[in-house]
Amino acid sequence: MYDEQILKRAGRGVDMGVGIRVLRGDATGYAYVEDLTPEAMLRAAKTAGAIANAGGANTSAELVSVHLPRRYELDSLSLLSSGEAKRALLERADRAARAYDSRIERVEASFVEQVREIVIATSDGRFIHDRQPLLRFNVSAIAEDGENRQGGRSGGGGRVNLDFFTLQGQKPEDHGREAARIAISMLHAEEAPAGDFPVVLAPGDSGILLHEAVGHGLEADFNRKGTSNYSGKIGESVASGLVTVIDDPSYAHARGSINTDDEGNDAKASTLIENGKLVGYLHDRLSAKHYKTESFNGRRESFRDAPMPRMTNTMMLGGPHSPEEIIENTKKGIYAKRFSGGQVNITNGDFVFSLTEAYLIEDGKITAPLKGVNLIGNGPEAMGTVDMLGSDVEISNGIWTCGKDGQSVPVGVGCPTIRVGSITVGGTKIGG
Amino acid sequence: MTNRNETRIALAKEIISRAEKAGAKIAEAVVKDGAEMSVKVRQGETELVEEAAPKGAGLRVIINQRSAVTYTNDTTDGGLDALVDDAIELAKLSQPDEFAEPPDASSLAKTFPELDLCDEEARDFSAEKAIQWALEGEKAALGFDERITNSEGATFGRTIGGTALVTSGGFCGSYDSSYYSLVVNPIAEVEGEKMQVGFYWDAKRFLSDMQGAEDVGKEAARRTLEKLGAQKVPTCEAPVIFDPDTGRALLSALMQCLSGSAIYRRSSYLLESENEVIASDIVNIVDNPLIPRAPGSRPFDGEGLPSKNNTIVENGVLKTFLLDTYSARKLGKKSTANASRGLGSSPSVSPTNFHLLPTDTSPEEIIRGTEKGLYVTSMMGFGFNPVTGDFSRGAEGFWIEEGKKTTPVGEITISLNFKDLWKRIDGVGSDLVTRTAIATPTFRVSEMTIAGS
Repeated sequence: MYDEQILKRAGRGVDMGVGIRVLRGDATGYAYVEDLTPEAMLRAAKTAGAIANAGGANTSAELVSVHLPRRYELDSLSLLSSGEAKRALLERADRAARAYDSRIERVEASFVEQVREIVIATSDGRFIHDRQPLLRFNVSAIAEDGENRQGGRSGGGGRVNLDFFTLQGQKPEDHGREAARIAISMLHAEEAPAGDFPVVLAPGDSGILLHEAVGHGLEADFNRKGTSNYSGKIGESVASGLVTVIDDPSYAHARGSINTDDEGNDAKASTLIENGKLVGYLHDRLSAKHYKTESFNGRRESFRDAPMPRMTNTMMLGGPHSPEEIIENTKKGIYAKRFSGGQVNITNGDFVFSLTEAYLIEDGKITAPLKGVNLIGNGPEAMGTVDMLGSDVEISNGIWTCGKDGQSVPVGVGCPTIRVGSITVGGTKIGG
Repeated sequence: MTNRNETRIALAKEIISRAEKAGAKIAEAVVKDGAEMSVKVRQGETELVEEAAPKGAGLRVIINQRSAVTYTNDTTDGGLDALVDDAIELAKLSQPDEFAEPPDASSLAKTFPELDLCDEEARDFSAEKAIQWALEGEKAALGFDERITNSEGATFGRTIGGTALVTSGGFCGSYDSSYYSLVVNPIAEVEGEKMQVGFYWDAKRFLSDMQGAEDVGKEAARRTLEKLGAQKVPTCEAPVIFDPDTGRALLSALMQCLSGSAIYRRSSYLLESENEVIASDIVNIVDNPLIPRAPGSRPFDGEGLPSKNNTIVENGVLKTFLLDTYSARKLGKKSTANASRGLGSSPSVSPTNFHLLPTDTSPEEIIRGTEKGLYVTSMMGFGFNPVTGDFSRGAEGFWIEEGKKTTPVGEITISLNFKDLWKRIDGVGSDLVTRTAIATPTFRVSEMTIAGS
């Protein structure tokens, strides 16, 4: 944690344990221990197995090692680089943010890294080892001009090491300046209008809208139980014909990429929506059994949690329009650039997103910055009104974490410039 | 003190002694352990039974004003060595911070209040009993009305565990606590309308204080049915009433801005607001860690300071920020004993039982006194900017006409900057329920922007 131009705190932690899951029908017994003695592990296995007591004899296949793809192989882990090298990254970001503008009052920067070593053994004979590095860099800046105060943030990362910070746009200075730029540009942001407007979503980060408003509703556990607004809609039109959505764990070094899912299956890409038609769900073992298909999206936060269907990198594929013509063709609307987060109600499809950087579009031009913008809508309805789609697909910069039932997993999102015909904008200015 | 407390303290003392030997003059160790169990049932069948025994130790050292924090759940001899060695190594990487000191030894708690936080029976509470509770809750919801067509299930959880803190400054304390919870999630559906999921829950430290499973299930069903047929309302400005569930979210957001850490980091809209009017004169807010059996109670804070009841807002005037030792030093004040600490982190500011105090006005009276307005029962999204106070979130609830709840409302947002929102509170109810640490009664804001169709 770098704050007030000093590294205030450095930390390190070790978490290890074993989680044992036993399935019988749709029921799951789960236990974990952090004490890795054979006795403690056996006790956990018995606890988890209690749920299957009524079942007959179980067989387990001989374990065979599975070869995995190498989607985030690194010459050396960032964990092995010196602390001084990491401190220097924070100092560089801090200096660049302060140098950006004299109205930058405060800068904080942080660097967080982890390596997740996982071993999975399944009763159907799969034995897997994977090493999943993950790094996240963040800078936040506060600008003040005596009248207003605003904050800005920028960050990046992925399954990378310190070489990441030599890439174009990923240097610590780039993130420092970007955080400062947002804080300064928001200083004199106007109050956002309230009501229904066309919204143009910037490429990359806006994929979070897709992740929340569509992706979660396609996780098969909700559909198996009939509790998603997408339940029973395979083959039906759920979005405009421009929209194709995939989930793809194979992007090299991306935050949401995985070699194996957490149930020991090879992680693969799948198409969820094709030209507006719903073609598939995301599965874990339980739901795949129900739908008689294969599963490779069973993920979990750690050994402390039972897996469930989760996204990896969720992407909307590109369309026929250039980003410039999309904006030029929008008379009055909102340009949504950066999101702080969003939430969805799976059952009725309603979503809400908060923007940290947004602008008004007037007569085909991006104009005034707006503050306090929220977008509220309904997943299938909003996706149905997508009327222009850019060719400029980008994947977000390795910052998103997805929460479901209290479990957090790193994910990637991505999309081109998208125009949604109408979303309710929750602003404070009426009739603007 | 129980054996469990003694065992935890012994481990914490061992860590402090190793850290001191390795050269740390200032060291603080936290040791936690617990037993957790959670079951989920759905459509009358057990879906998940989870049991676990988490444990771990955390260490903070300060060497020549340089801080480092480490944690581990490997409490073997080698694990503790790594915990201490890593902390010493990382302290060299941090840079001197003159404010990084633990509280003065003379201010540390020597005796502890009896707060009745642990139901010893929780240790023997079995998964079978938990399944019974969950089944009964779900059954009551499913049988409540034929429009309840499905269920996201019911979950019962039980946690019992303890925390010890030992510091080189001479503090030594440990306590156990327990927690039970039941949540029921029914789904309602009628032809031609959006399917709706709802929920209701209860949580208490003692099983005997829990609402019955049947009551929780019925209330969950009632709340879910209320959502059916939700419509947008036209964009307008109108009074907005928050029920205790949504009011709590507003109070949490305010709490963020009252934290001393947000103040010295200039990340709050309430800078330089002490002794200023920040809310209407019917707003009184306290932070009280000394309520027996309450969810946010604790005998001492995360730095070993004695817990005390603090008045935060009195008749709308801000009396004090919530402070830990670090933020107090940064602001030239004294800690309000609001530090809490996890295993792998430095102490940070957190509330205990943080309440908007009730009045004599019943919530029904507040509704009756509203000619036209919105009654909010749930909110969505993260639309709050603590730096500016801008607030805008998705909302669901009812439209009020002539003092009565009428049609359900959904897919709208409500917005107003916090500088105005708290000053526009013109009604606070009597219905404070303390099943959560942060809690409010029903209250009304005289006017907010509602964005709909």
